[in-house]
Parts: sequence; structure tokens; C-alpha cells
Amino acid sequence: MDDLLRDFLTESNENLARLDREIVALERTPDDRELLASIFRTIHTIKGTCGFLNLTRLEGVAHAAESVLGLLRDGTLTVRPDTISDVLAAVDTIKTILEGLERTSEEPAGDDSAVVARLERWLAGAPAEDATAPAHAVAAPEPTRGTAARDVEVAPAGGGEEAPDGGERPDSKPSIADSSLRVNVTILDRLMNMVGELVLTRNQLIQLSLAEEDSVYLAPVQHLNRVTTDLQEAVMKTRMQAVGGAWGKLPRLVRDLCQANGKRIELEMRGAETELDRQILQAIQDPLTHMIRNSADHGIESPEERRRAGKPERGTITLNAYHEGGHVILEVGDDGAGIDPAKIRQKAVERGLVKAEAAAVMPDAQVLRFIFEPGFSTAARITNVSGRGVGMDVVRSNIERIGGTVDVTSRVGTGSTVRIKIPLTLAIISALVVGTGGESFAIPQIGVVELVRVTEEARQHIESVHGSQFYRLRDTLLPLVQLDRMLELEEAPHSTDYSIVVCQVGEVRFGLVVSEVFDTQEIVVKPIGRLVKHLSVYAGCTILGDGRVIMILDAAGIAACAKVGAADEGRAGQAGDSVAGHEGEGERLSLLLFDTGQPALQAVPLSLVSRLEEFPAAKIEFADGRSLVQYRGALLPLVPADHGITIAQRDPQPVIVFSDGRHSMGLVVNEIRDIVEDRIRIETSAGRPGILGAAVINGRATEVVDIHHFLKLALNEWFEAAPGADARRGKRVLVVDDSPFFLNLLTPILRASGYEIATSDNGRSALERLERGEEFDIVLSDIDMPQVDGLELARRIRQNPAWERVKLIALTGRSSPSERQRGLAAGYSRYLVKLDRDAVLAALAEVTMGEEVAA
Amino acid sequence: MIANVSDVVPRAGARASRQTDTEYVTFRVGAQWLGIPVLMVQEVLAGQRITRVPLAPPEVSGFLNLRGRIVTAVDLRVRLQLPVRAEDSGTVSVVVRDEEELFSFLVDEVGDVMAVGAQALEPPPATLDARWKQCCDGIVRRDKDLLVVVSAREMLHLEQAS
Repeated sequence: MDDLLRDFLTESNENLARLDREIVALERTPDDRELLASIFRTIHTIKGTCGFLNLTRLEGVAHAAESVLGLLRDGTLTVRPDTISDVLAAVDTIKTILEGLERTSEEPAGDDSAVVARLERWLAGAPAEDATAPAHAVAAPEPTRGTAARDVEVAPAGGGEEAPDGGERPDSKPSIADSSLRVNVTILDRLMNMVGELVLTRNQLIQLSLAEEDSVYLAPVQHLNRVTTDLQEAVMKTRMQAVGGAWGKLPRLVRDLCQANGKRIELEMRGAETELDRQILQAIQDPLTHMIRNSADHGIESPEERRRAGKPERGTITLNAYHEGGHVILEVGDDGAGIDPAKIRQKAVERGLVKAEAAAVMPDAQVLRFIFEPGFSTAARITNVSGRGVGMDVVRSNIERIGGTVDVTSRVGTGSTVRIKIPLTLAIISALVVGTGGESFAIPQIGVVELVRVTEEARQHIESVHGSQFYRLRDTLLPLVQLDRMLELEEAPHSTDYSIVVCQVGEVRFGLVVSEVFDTQEIVVKPIGRLVKHLSVYAGCTILGDGRVIMILDAAGIAACAKVGAADEGRAGQAGDSVAGHEGEGERLSLLLFDTGQPALQAVPLSLVSRLEEFPAAKIEFADGRSLVQYRGALLPLVPADHGITIAQRDPQPVIVFSDGRHSMGLVVNEIRDIVEDRIRIETSAGRPGILGAAVINGRATEVVDIHHFLKLALNEWFEAAPGADARRGKRVLVVDDSPFFLNLLTPILRASGYEIATSDNGRSALERLERGEEFDIVLSDIDMPQVDGLELARRIRQNPAWERVKLIALTGRSSPSERQRGLAAGYSRYLVKLDRDAVLAALAEVTMGEEVAA
Repeated sequence: MIANVSDVVPRAGARASRQTDTEYVTFRVGAQWLGIPVLMVQEVLAGQRITRVPLAPPEVSGFLNLRGRIVTAVDLRVRLQLPVRAEDSGTVSVVVRDEEELFSFLVDEVGDVMAVGAQALEPPPATLDARWKQCCDGIVRRDKDLLVVVSAREMLHLEQAS
């Protein structure tokens, strides 16, 4: 039987039982307005639902009764015993029909015209009180000309108060009203809690009885064990509902969509009886509707298109639900046009989600996943059905919120299938139980990527970069969070082994350091009280098998508290960044490595370095608090690279010389180590001054030094007007680069040369600045950038005549002839390799000069 | 004033109590006896294992498991800024229900339930410490000492947790 019908029957039976009582009470207290209103409402509800379920016979009777009751309620008609009788007769007829409905799922045939007629005469005005009319006599409605089915029961004559005899039913199945019951969910939750408690007590009893040999309790305890297990299952079941409950509205939805789109679609539903927790059921309702809409609107083609493609005109959407290893799988498939990966690729590139080159090599399956990105809709037109930009991303976020996953497969011309995997229940999750600082905690398994056991030997993989610890995990630096320190617990002694739980929160990965990892358990999540709710490091708490309460950690909350990945926040906003394969790839750079006595090596881009020198300690002079050395006929100011370094302690003293051609500065270091050239990913971090960020270089954590900081320390003149600066003064340069590192590096140098500098971290924001009317003489841009890359930026600037005078210089990590060609074709007048500082300055000067000449 | 003392009747004599009487569960925190209306109290427990909640406000001792329900334990000594109790001295949990949530007040000792007439409840003296005044609903003079009637709701109002 249809769920909707079953609900209707349950509800109506409850209502009718009350109606009997109320109508009889009304007879005794005819002036009770409230009672009348209540009776009216009940009948009204039944009538309303009948219309919805297309139960015409019921509707007719209920409507007539409602009309009479309406008059009574308004006071147009006074309550008289014969009015009541007529209403009761109608109620009985309704009951009879409902019983038939319950047995056969269909409204039994029959004629209610007599009942309706008796009611209708009240509408025309109260008939004279007819003494002969029996107070509760309603003529038995005669089945009309034998059309009524044999099993139709009709309202028994004179049976106002008497319900039809149930004993006459062909089968003695209890009615739905008897076999189902509405129970408040909080009662079920309490039951669940108490069963949990019982389970714990049973476990203790089993332990006790096993400890004693030949215990007399053994047999009864075993029986208790079985009963408890059954009870637990039964109670769990009370919270489960068939997934079909969420499907009720879908056939109608599809029908409406067909009407709106002129399509012909069949909806096939399988596995409606698959059960899952009611909470989950509510959560999937909206995503499911969305997916069906999508299939009907974008998936299935119009009948003509289908005919041309050699498919049947009528398309099919299949909805399938089944259990698979503790999860419920929901599939929405259609036999429509499928999703064209080429279109998605193009769209993704247009949206700046991925770079064209990366998209070209991306496997189709991965490309299809772009449909789950926000604002991604491939429908060329907007319909009133779907395709308003809210779409599959909402589906994905809703599903992920309840711990599920969503995936799509598609074949062009054959159709697509979206597959959703959701847990059976939200209340129970799989968690890792860990211990640290003498306490135990649970970490939801869903955020855990891997576990690393750190033994004595493995400890050398831990690197310390200005106060933060990192673990070298396969050539990436994994930021570490000491759980005991973060939670202000007693810290574990450092000699013992410990474990790192590698957690993933969005794009951020970090390692949670704990003393022990116990096991994985299925736990029941319980909310934490209001006094500690503000602590974002907890997701809830749970009760373990031994009755202990432990806290459930929230990986996202911990990441936020420990500020891991905080430096990446700016980048995380650029959705395309990771997709574009930037992650872990980094820029190709030459770096000079040196030692300053810090645990980590220091590095500086080689292109900034003028010379490496070693000065005899005796030649270093100290004057008014500054250290100087005679160098090429001038005094070179010296600055220690770390406050731990004493100048001239070493002999000879290694110094790295930086120069802009007029001013020079010497950075004093302990030892110059190496020069490396590699693709390097620099993690910017707000650490101590003088450090731009950290990177893994040759498998070691290395700090990248902010030369700008030391230049300022050494010479304030550096930033004062340089010769020729007058000519350059007022020239506005827009530097466009997605790497904050290079922006930081380039800006001070250019400023020092007299340019006015503005920065943008990608092509789109650069365009926005120009469109806002900001004026620039030169745009100095990187090529590889998310959203709008450097080539696109140049093309767009060149397309707009208003920006004709803007000079374009490309700065890039790669410079093969073909790439240079593409850069020049896009509109750049110069194509420079990044970090060749002198070349950049020379090019800028030439471009500005050239402009003056031309002017 | 003195006449009012007769309104204070021990539970044994509750039969004689008037309708306006309110029954209070009395308990000791440090040297002070406090009372909360008996209707707020769900039960009294001893010897419960309490799980610490790191980073929680100092008043919150942790969580305990009451037949599968999570109860937030609030140490009234900390809440009322009394000296911390010696480690070996046990506590008793007075479990109260507030807004459908269970809390346990950790106290040193639980005394009798006491019926108090409305007139016997005097307003808190103006000189009472501000932290006490905030949660004090009134004072009852007893034979040997004073009973401070406190509001459980106010006791659960912690500065840090809001």
C-alpha cells in the first residue's frame, strides 16, 4: 500500500474516533462553539486530504457534512438531534469507505446520494421538525443498480451510534489504526539511551559471571545477553524509515516537469523499502528533488531529439536505493544525453577553475566532478525548473554534511548516473580513540587520512621552523599540532614514542600529535552541554563501552585554533588553485642556502644576490653602533642575519652582498652552504620578522629570508630616491602575481627605484582595478595564475582601446621560445624570466623611456 | 523577625506546613549551607566518575554519565570562589534539570530537605559579596546558621561560557 494512503488512514482513524465522541458530546451541549469548530476542522481535514488522494466518494460525503457543520458553526443552523444524526450517518459512511480503502487500497464503489441528500436539505434551510423521521434514521444507501462491488459495506440503517460490525470482515487482519502508533521521537531517543545503558550493564554482568567458575548466573546471564541484543536491534529499528517516504512527491514532480518541458519521462523507483535513519531521510529529501529535476531538465532530451538519436521517445529516470556495507546507496540515473566532458572542460577553464593545459590532460571522470562546483551549470539556457546556478554544488554540500559522498558517471548519448553514498544513521559514527596527557579522545574517522608512528629514529623527520614544528612526510611539510599542549593538558615526557594522526580539513592537512592510538570504534554522538558548547575543538562527546564519557574532537576546530593553514587562507579562496595543479608544484627557483645558527637552514633567491664575500675579521670596523667594511672603495654596512650571530666572530667572516648598483649591504651569516635550483613551494607564514616563509628544500625545512627587512635595517637610503628616479617618479606599475612571495619580493625593489606600485594576486582582480578606472603605465604580470591567467589578461587589456597606452611586461618562470612567442602574441612587449632583478629594472626603464621618446 | 523562625520546620513536621511552604534540598559547600527548590532536583549521586573537559571554564569539572545521559558537572566551590577542596575529600552530585539539560552541582555534603514558609525567606543582605548576590534568592535563618537559598539557573550562568 502507498505510504501516503497508509498515513492518511492512520490519521483519519484517529480523527474519526475523536469525532464520534465529540459529536455525541455536541448533542448534549449544542452551544459549545469550540466543540463545533473542532468537529468542523476534523471533517475539513479529511475532505482536504481526499481531494489530494483523488478519493471522490469520500470527498463527496465529507464535503456535504462539512457544509452542514459550517452552518452550525456559524450559527445559521441550530443544533438539533436530527441534524446530529445526519452528520453521524455521514461519519459512518466515511468509516465504511475507509475500511474498504484499507482492505483493497481502493475506494469501494457505492452510492452515497441518500446520505448526501439528507445533509443537503439542511443547507436549504432547516426542515420542519419531523416527529416521524426517526431521530437517527438514515435510509441505508442502496447500492445503485448492482454496480457496487460485493464487498462494499454500507452504512447500516439506524446505526448512528453503532459502528459497522468489524467481525464481518473477510479477513481478520487488524486494521492499520490498531497496528501502528504515533510515538514522539524524544521517547524513541530516550529508549535508545536506556538500551545503551542496559547493554553496558549486561557487559559487566557477563564479565562477572565469566570470572566465576560454574556460576549459577551463567545461564540466565546468557539469556539476558540474547534478549538485550534483540532489544537493541528492535529499538534501533524504531528510528528507521523506508527511503520511499522521501519519494512520495517525486512522481508528481516528474509529471509537472514533463508538462513544462514537453518531454516524456518515466520515473522508475526501486528499493523504496530500504530503511535508513529518519534524520538522514530528512537530509536527503532536497538533494534528491534537485537531482531528479536535473535529470528531467538537463538529462533527458526532447522527444524529437530522442527519436533522431534512435532512442524511444519516452525517457526513463531510475531511482534506486539499496544497502551496501553499512551504507545506503541512492542512484539517480537517466537514459538521456549524458554529460559531455568537453563542454565541462571548456566551462571549467572559462570559470577559471582549471587551466586549459591541466584540463586537457585531466581524466574524464575527474572533469565530470566539476559539476559539483558552486555556480557550475552547463545548461545553455535558464529554465524555470532548474539551472539557476544553484545546483549540484548544493546537492554535494548537503550530502557531505551528513557524512556522505556523491559521484557522477556519464556516457555521452547514453545517460548519466549520480550515485550518493550515505551512512545508515547520523547518530553512530566511526571514530579513532586516542590518548594523550592522561585523557582519551575520539576523532571522527572521516577526517583522518593516515597514522604515523614516530619512534626514536623517525624523530629526525621533525623539523622546527621558527617555533612551529613540522613533520617531513614524503617531501611535504606537515604542520604538527601537539594535542596535549593545545588542550593545556599535562605534557607527555619527550623520551617516549608517539603518534601523528594526519587530519585533513578541506585543503588543509595537519598532524595531531598524541601519545597513544587505541582503536577504532563505532560511537554514538551526543551533544555537549551549553556550558562548553563554545569550545570549537569539540564535535560532541560519547560514552564508551565501559561507561566512560570521552570528548569527540573536531578536526576543523582544532585546525582553526592552532591556526594551521592560516597562511594559506588567501590561497584557499581561489578555488582553482589546487585544481590547477599548483599544489606541491611551486615555482622553479634558484636559492642560496646558508646557516645562521637557527635549527633550520635559511635561503634567499640567488637573483637578488650580488656577490658572496669573505672578509678577514680584522678588516671589519665598528662605528656608531654599526658594523662596516671597506669594500670596492666604499663602506659596506653589515647586518647579522640572526640576532645570535656576532659579527667578526668568524675569521674570515662570510657575507652575502646585496646591491642595487649604488647602495650595497652585507648580510652576515655563519656559513654559506649551497645553491639549489628546483621547483619550490614556499608556504608563507607570519613568523618572526625577516622570514618570508618556509619550504622543503632537499628534504629539509628551510626558511626563506625577507631581504627587504635587512635592507631596511642596513640602509634607509636604499629606499630614498635613486638617480633617475625623477624620470620614473609617478609611473604607476601594477604587479600581478598569485604568489605573495614574489609580490613581497618585487614590490620594495621597484618602489626603491621610484615607481608607484600596486599589486593584484590574479588576472581577474587586475582587470577589475583597470575597469574601476585606476590608471597604470605598466602592467607587470605573471603568466601562470588562477582565474584569469597572464595571457588572457594581456589579450583583454589589448582589446580595450582605453588601455592602449598601458605597457605590458610578462614575468614568468618558464621561457621556452614557443612560450615567449605566445606571450608576445598575447600583447606583451617584454617577456622576462622571473627574479632576474636587473633585467626587470632595465626593462621597466626602457619601457618608460621609450614612452617618453614616443611622446 | 524572631516570630518567623517558627515558619522554618524540618521535614518531619512537614505535615503541619502551610501551603505556601517551599521545600528545599539543602547541601553544604565549604562551610556554607545552601538550598535549592526540591522540584529542580532530579537526584543525588555519590562517587561518579567525571571526565575532564579540557579548556572548559574552571567551574566546569567535566561530564558524567547518568544512565546514558550526559550531565555537565559544575563545582560549586569554584563557582562561589571558595577554597579548593582537598583532593581526598569526596563530593556529592546534586543533579538538576534546567532547560531540558542535566547539570550536576558538586557539593561537599547533602543535608535534609527543608520546608520553608514564604515569610521566612528574607532578602539577601546588601553587603553580600557580588558573586554570591547574583545567585542568591534569599536567606533563611536557622537555629544555628543561615541557609542561603540559591537560584540554580544563576549558578549555571558562567561568564566564560556565554
